[in-house]
Amino acid sequence: MTDTSQTPSAAPAAKPKGGSLFEKDARTKRRNAAEGRFKLYGIAAIGIGLLMLVVLVTNIVTAGTGAFQQSFLELNVELKEDKLDKKGNRNIDDIKKVSTFGYAPLIASALEAEVAQLGIQTELLPKEMGKILSKAAQAELRNYVIANPDEIGKTVSFRFLVNSRVDGYMKGRVTRDSIANDKSISVEQLDFVDQLRDAGVLYKAFNPDFIFGSDASDQRPEAAGIGVSMLGSLFMMFVVLVLALPIGVAASIYLEEFAPQNRLTDIIEVNISNLAAVPSIVFGILGLAVFINYMHLPTSAPLVGGLVLTLMTLPTIIISTRASLKAVPPSIRDAALGVGASKMQSVFHHVLPLAAPGILTGTIIGLAQALGETAPLLLIGMVGFIASNPPDGLVAGFLSPNSAMPAQIYEWSKRADPAFYERAWGGIIILLIFLVTMNTIAVILRRRFERRW
Amino acid sequence: MSFVKLSASALAIAAVSATAAAARDQVQVAGSSTVLPYASIVAEAFGENFDFPTPVVESGGSSAGLKRFCEGVGENTIDVANASRQIREKEIKACADNGVTDIIEVQIGYDGIVFASDINGNSFEFTPEDWYKALSAQVVVDGQLVANPNKTWADVNPEFPAQPIAAFIPGTKHGTREVFEDKVILAGCEHLGDFDVYLAAAEGDSDKAKKKAAEKACIALRTDGVSVDIDGDYTETLARIDSNKDGIGVFGLAFYENNTDKLQVATMSGIVPSTESIASGEYPVSRPLFFYVKKAHIGVIPGLKEYAEFFVADEIAGPDGPLAEYGLVSDPELVKVQEAVANETVLGGGS
Repeated sequence: MTDTSQTPSAAPAAKPKGGSLFEKDARTKRRNAAEGRFKLYGIAAIGIGLLMLVVLVTNIVTAGTGAFQQSFLELNVELKEDKLDKKGNRNIDDIKKVSTFGYAPLIASALEAEVAQLGIQTELLPKEMGKILSKAAQAELRNYVIANPDEIGKTVSFRFLVNSRVDGYMKGRVTRDSIANDKSISVEQLDFVDQLRDAGVLYKAFNPDFIFGSDASDQRPEAAGIGVSMLGSLFMMFVVLVLALPIGVAASIYLEEFAPQNRLTDIIEVNISNLAAVPSIVFGILGLAVFINYMHLPTSAPLVGGLVLTLMTLPTIIISTRASLKAVPPSIRDAALGVGASKMQSVFHHVLPLAAPGILTGTIIGLAQALGETAPLLLIGMVGFIASNPPDGLVAGFLSPNSAMPAQIYEWSKRADPAFYERAWGGIIILLIFLVTMNTIAVILRRRFERRW
Repeated sequence: MSFVKLSASALAIAAVSATAAAARDQVQVAGSSTVLPYASIVAEAFGENFDFPTPVVESGGSSAGLKRFCEGVGENTIDVANASRQIREKEIKACADNGVTDIIEVQIGYDGIVFASDINGNSFEFTPEDWYKALSAQVVVDGQLVANPNKTWADVNPEFPAQPIAAFIPGTKHGTREVFEDKVILAGCEHLGDFDVYLAAAEGDSDKAKKKAAEKACIALRTDGVSVDIDGDYTETLARIDSNKDGIGVFGLAFYENNTDKLQVATMSGIVPSTESIASGEYPVSRPLFFYVKKAHIGVIPGLKEYAEFFVADEIAGPDGPLAEYGLVSDPELVKVQEAVANETVLGGGS
């Protein structure tokens, strides 16, 4: 349309060339307009991207921040001797015979005493009052008594977790309407919680156990933490770093600097690129077949996870290392060879140091990718109720069963209690912090040390 | 050169790993995702109350768990398989072929399967016939088999509201699907008398083959998108109902009881599902849950027998224990189960 309308006006513009540069003719205007439009499309594209990012981040932050806070109840518990140590001889084996279930009445009566002391009126039975506390409280109390048998008979002050429903009520997730059909908590118990909160003994506080603690069973989501699976991830990343970096760098140096250009190296090159595109679950199947079924390595071990992720990360590292080796200009190699260096000396003394920032960047990005990987871990048994014991030593860290952060998040998102859902989002926040930190380090390395020619 | 050092440490790790398979000190469990919450509750309490480390519980489904269980004897194989159905003859044979001959079967209790829909939607009082009519691939109209024409629940049963049928049922890899087919669809099919029509139309050499074909025809579900198989977990079913308010999903009782703020449960044949009505046998859709223990591992893997005994102890699996609190229907014959575990009674009379 514009073309036809401009035909008449084009005639005067076709005057001798060399008209003023300040006067824009129709064609220039059209070109400028196209450029303006293109800029607009670009800005729109970035805008859409940013919008998605903002939506994602706000979503994660709003859903996940709750996991870092937890409701606690302060309680003075009398460690009754007749319940915990009937013989009174403080024999640790006798004390251990009282199971966690035996501690429930102790907590209930402590709560009853506290209620009387605070002057709270309630019609709840002590057993029903005790139900607002987490089941983890009994375990905490038992561990304390076993660690300090001398304290039996005294009254000790504790800060216990409360049950996930009560915690949800404190966070506004659970309301009196929403529990109409709920068997695990009643309106009377929520009234009781209100009274305790007003008395100042029940409050929300930062919960370090979410970051450093271990996984908990379906009955006590309030006690679950991501710490042990974080350790699992770290041990796996160590294996990946120690194996993938030397193997990857050695392979790429050979391919780039030493290997003859023939069919075979072409095939290898094509296959490395193909490997980078293989879905990660395939590496999981391979890991199961080779490392567990054939080599008889233990299942669920971070060592095996690390080996599988090494296979997955290798192509990424090789490709980025080769790219950064290629970026070192041939003149550097020629100069080194010219002053009498051997091929190996020229590579290790001159080319490799110059390519190092690129190699490290590639490695960190490969590690970050491996850190967020869940699919291969499914097959080697790292998803489930696994991250319940912190490893007791370095070797155990590699060999005893553990999970990984993304696997733990996946596991939480499958569980029934909505409190686990909140924890899954909280886990995502922690995982994202790790990934952002790693990628930032990669960017800083590249900015500081990379040389351009 | 730093990377020579790195390779050396890599070799060291490989060397450590070679000796890795030496000793395993924790019980390893895998199998049904329905049993997983119960097993994890037991594992946690076991780790707290005994000097053994907390057992490791993986999920993955009953069939996958039993397959791994039957891979052989040795520290590299799992000790316990959780299952939401009984072990099959085929699996016992596969086990025996790999040297797993002595299997201890432990029934831990019952699990109810419930039908639930969005909390703000219509409420339903189902019978198995309704579900058969809603989801079967073919129904009998005037004595003739026709492709299922029902579009809304009102077509199925005039007492229901005219809400489009949208069912989210467990996929075929779940043990729950089998129960759903047996206790709901097949029961409805037989009750309506459609079974006889299928039987008459069935082809087969013997009566037995005909009966089998008719049963298969009964439980063939429609494939026009009205019934959706969910291969994931109940959280996925819940998400589907969240986005489609007309949807009705199949859940485990424990899952429903944790999400009563989002779901309302439908009655089945007039009975509200609860641990009580399932224990008494009034609520029809329930199934036993099991775990299987490798006898050859008892005494080799520390804590294995203690774990099995602790699982079925009164304070855990009894009617007042934490498992019942979470939604398991306690086995009324728990004492027998405890005896069987204590005596290490194996399947097939110790063959």
